[in-house]
Amino acid sequence: MGNKQTIFTDEQLDAYQDCTFFTRKEILRLHSRYHELAPHLVPMDYTNEPDCKLPLALIVDMPELKENPFRNRIVESFSEDGMGNLSFNEFVDMFSVLSEMAPRELKAIYAFKIYDYNVDNYLCKEDLEKTLNKLTKEELTPEEVELVCEKAIEEADLDGDNKLSYTDFENMISRAPDFLSTFHIRI
Amino acid sequence: MANGGSVSVDICEEDYDYQNLGESGPSRGSFQLFKEPACNGQGNPEDIQMEMFTKNSDTSDSESTSSSSSKESSNGYQVRSLQRNNWSSATRKMLSSMPSRKTGLHSSTGMAVRARQTCALPKHQTSSRDSLHIPRATQADITSPEFEEISTEDEANNLAGSGLWCAETNKEQLVSDLRGLSESEGMRKLRAMPLSLADKMEIRKHCFSPLAKNSVINRNVPCHNLPCMYLSRMWRHCRYTPRFSTSLKLWNSSMKKLSGRYGTGVLSYFTFLRTLLFINLLFFIITFLFLVLPQAIHPPPDSHRTSFSWIELLTGIGYLSQSLMFYGYYSNITIKATSITSMVPYCIPTAYVFTTTISFFTICIILVYSMSKSFGKSFQVFKSDGNLSENVFCSWDFKVTKKPSIRLQSEKISTQLKEQLSELTSGEEERTLMQRFRNFLVHVAAWFICLASIFFSALGVYLLSKKAISKMHQNLDLLFMAAVVSGFNLLLPGIFNFCAWIEKHNSPSTRVYVSIFRNLLLKISIIGVLCYHWLGKIAVEQDPQVSKCWENFVGQELYRLLLMDFIFTVLYTFLGEFVWRIFSQKILRKNRKPVFDIARNVLELVYGQTLTWLGVLFAPLLPAVQIAKLFVLFYMKKNSLLLNCQASKKPWRATRMTTVFIALLFFPSFLGAAVFVAYTVWIIKPSSECGPFRNLTNMLESVKLWADRMKDYHQILSWLIQAYNAFTDNPLFLFLPSGVFLLVIYFRIQVVDGQRRIIRRLEKQIDDEGKDKKFLITQLQYLYEENNPNSSHRHRGR
Repeated sequence: MGNKQTIFTDEQLDAYQDCTFFTRKEILRLHSRYHELAPHLVPMDYTNEPDCKLPLALIVDMPELKENPFRNRIVESFSEDGMGNLSFNEFVDMFSVLSEMAPRELKAIYAFKIYDYNVDNYLCKEDLEKTLNKLTKEELTPEEVELVCEKAIEEADLDGDNKLSYTDFENMISRAPDFLSTFHIRI
Repeated sequence: MANGGSVSVDICEEDYDYQNLGESGPSRGSFQLFKEPACNGQGNPEDIQMEMFTKNSDTSDSESTSSSSSKESSNGYQVRSLQRNNWSSATRKMLSSMPSRKTGLHSSTGMAVRARQTCALPKHQTSSRDSLHIPRATQADITSPEFEEISTEDEANNLAGSGLWCAETNKEQLVSDLRGLSESEGMRKLRAMPLSLADKMEIRKHCFSPLAKNSVINRNVPCHNLPCMYLSRMWRHCRYTPRFSTSLKLWNSSMKKLSGRYGTGVLSYFTFLRTLLFINLLFFIITFLFLVLPQAIHPPPDSHRTSFSWIELLTGIGYLSQSLMFYGYYSNITIKATSITSMVPYCIPTAYVFTTTISFFTICIILVYSMSKSFGKSFQVFKSDGNLSENVFCSWDFKVTKKPSIRLQSEKISTQLKEQLSELTSGEEERTLMQRFRNFLVHVAAWFICLASIFFSALGVYLLSKKAISKMHQNLDLLFMAAVVSGFNLLLPGIFNFCAWIEKHNSPSTRVYVSIFRNLLLKISIIGVLCYHWLGKIAVEQDPQVSKCWENFVGQELYRLLLMDFIFTVLYTFLGEFVWRIFSQKILRKNRKPVFDIARNVLELVYGQTLTWLGVLFAPLLPAVQIAKLFVLFYMKKNSLLLNCQASKKPWRATRMTTVFIALLFFPSFLGAAVFVAYTVWIIKPSSECGPFRNLTNMLESVKLWADRMKDYHQILSWLIQAYNAFTDNPLFLFLPSGVFLLVIYFRIQVVDGQRRIIRRLEKQIDDEGKDKKFLITQLQYLYEENNPNSSHRHRGR
């Protein structure tokens, strides 16, 4: 348990507190969680901003993410290189967006990214099919999956291009009051 | 590049102004934003299109991989021409410059997203400028994915350049945007931007303190001594955790464990429990500080204590009835002993009335506020018929972490989706007349059973309460009525469940609402009967055989009811869940654990809270009892849940149900208790031998007497009292504000209605635009293919 002075400088903590939805204590707690994922890789002293990234396999091993069917996509959406290697800043960013206090628009943007498997900024039918298979764990038959995807796109697509753009997605999310409470991971 | 650079500046600024969707056609500047590198400085979009028409340019290959549905028309040509890969570059250019594609661009979030995606960290700029190959993922833009197909390899560099440049100016625009706002607003906006954390920190550095590196508030602190700094930091901490619930760290880890296993529905029950705990705490603090403490410090002269026995803890008579717990102990003295109170004497009866009234008022405000907030969250301006897509994207609960619960959740979602699919595909079942009639009969029978059982239980309680008066001083007999009431509360919901099972409602939410309504009716009727009995009979008759002090009697009854309710809950949790689980596992050999019934448990909580609110006038320490009860209940329910129950398979709309629960807490429970208290304070004559209001016609009179006495003491007080009298005596003061409020409410309802109409119209407009676009695309394609019948389909080799 280090004194907070040795992990982050005060300015860094202030910056974290202003730019995320976490308080200082929570940032320090997050750092200790990040550290215990790979104690030999992650330095304790972050005052000179070391360039340390943890691979995807370590991050999805966290108990909060381990059983989540979207864990790979979640981590990939927050990584700069798109491969799932998270630095500490991206780690904090991820949990900040997934925290209780993040506003709906921000969560909707990242939810869109998570569900967009082929990263083309549209939720096409293949994206939906993959999402559905992850959700239901292969319990629906392929015909049912296809039917659900078609109907879902039909319902949500506003401009008629058979894909869900971000505006369509956001419009659909605004009708779902439960989105804020379900798109939330406690850390 | 300088020339292009300067043009880009104008373009970006023009872009930013290009907010209005209704602007006719793509403006020249915005078109050039995307087209300049590829078209090498060509001007008019119309020129480009004409050029494309006349000369050969690439078209994409005809093999279509898209899976667009043919719902629009059966015309094969139209279908083929709508397939994205078949479009000519002219079509694509036109599409990418359409206003609808640009809407996401011009909100600040859109800009920020673009800024992020064109990767504009200063230290990365040089490296990406050098690289020729830009990965698809980072280059893809929300608004024009087809654009990347047009640009060539060496033009990609230019794009990177201009894209990065544009991202720079975007960033500058973000910074200037934020600088214009106040600090807290700007901070909030910064946090809500979808940029990476490093970008946000940079913007923050540029925006808020170009020189200082400290946090925003510290910069403003003029004093440099330590306590000041700590205070300001604490203040900033308080400001940045504005939500009441997050700063309450009580039970956070247990709730995380529970939500990990059981999901958001069960979590809402425990959150509700925690809210109730804090409401009671507030009530208790106000009452304790202003009423109990002064009376405890100055005990009344005529108190005598009898001996104490443990059974009295349950029944509330004897020792407890002459303690601070109940009304009878409080005296009508005016404390003048201490130095402060010799200036303004502390009058206990007035304090009694005021603390109760003010606590009720505070809680009313808190409840209305939280109810309106939660209603606002779950309010839908649109009619929800988009349930399927909502279920696909919004129903997965990210909080659930345990493997078996995840499996259950998947099953739940699949079942839900299958049900919805079958509903959509098969439509309404055509039921024959006989079936419908039989359904109707079943419904009538079920309602008849429920209402009859409620009526008989209310009657039973009424007769019992009349009979119980005669056997007043036997200990266990007193408990008998409370036990009967709790017994009814426990058994009758079983009957209601049976009725719901034979009724077989179509949708699960109807079933939940019907069962809540029946339970509510049961509790309201029982409490209503008891209140009538207390206020209508006992208080009015004031039979000395019953009790010398009827308020004590009523307070004790409520205390007993509360305790019995708690004991029965403990018994039910133990027998109903623990023993049943062991029984079904060992003897019946089934692996199904019982399911936690959220609605019923929440109604139990609301019932307990109603009893507390009813009783606080007669037993000022009752909130403390309720706090202890809620505390124990939390741990008991949590452990029982973890040991015995499994997650439910039925879907549970947590947000809507939370609204319903808070509304239930406010409307029958709190308002009923408030009416009860108001009636008692205003109309009922207090007993003449005990309590702070002896020898007065009603409790409110003590306030009037106090006000008369106070007029002589202090100038401001007398002025206040005169103002109050003028206010209440003149009925105009009541009518005018209510009239104004009603007008405001009516106006806002009309505004919401109007907005709903506008939204409908806009939706229809979007729909029509989509159809128009499809038509135009097919026409364009048709014209293009007519003009170039020999165009070869080359592969897109990018």
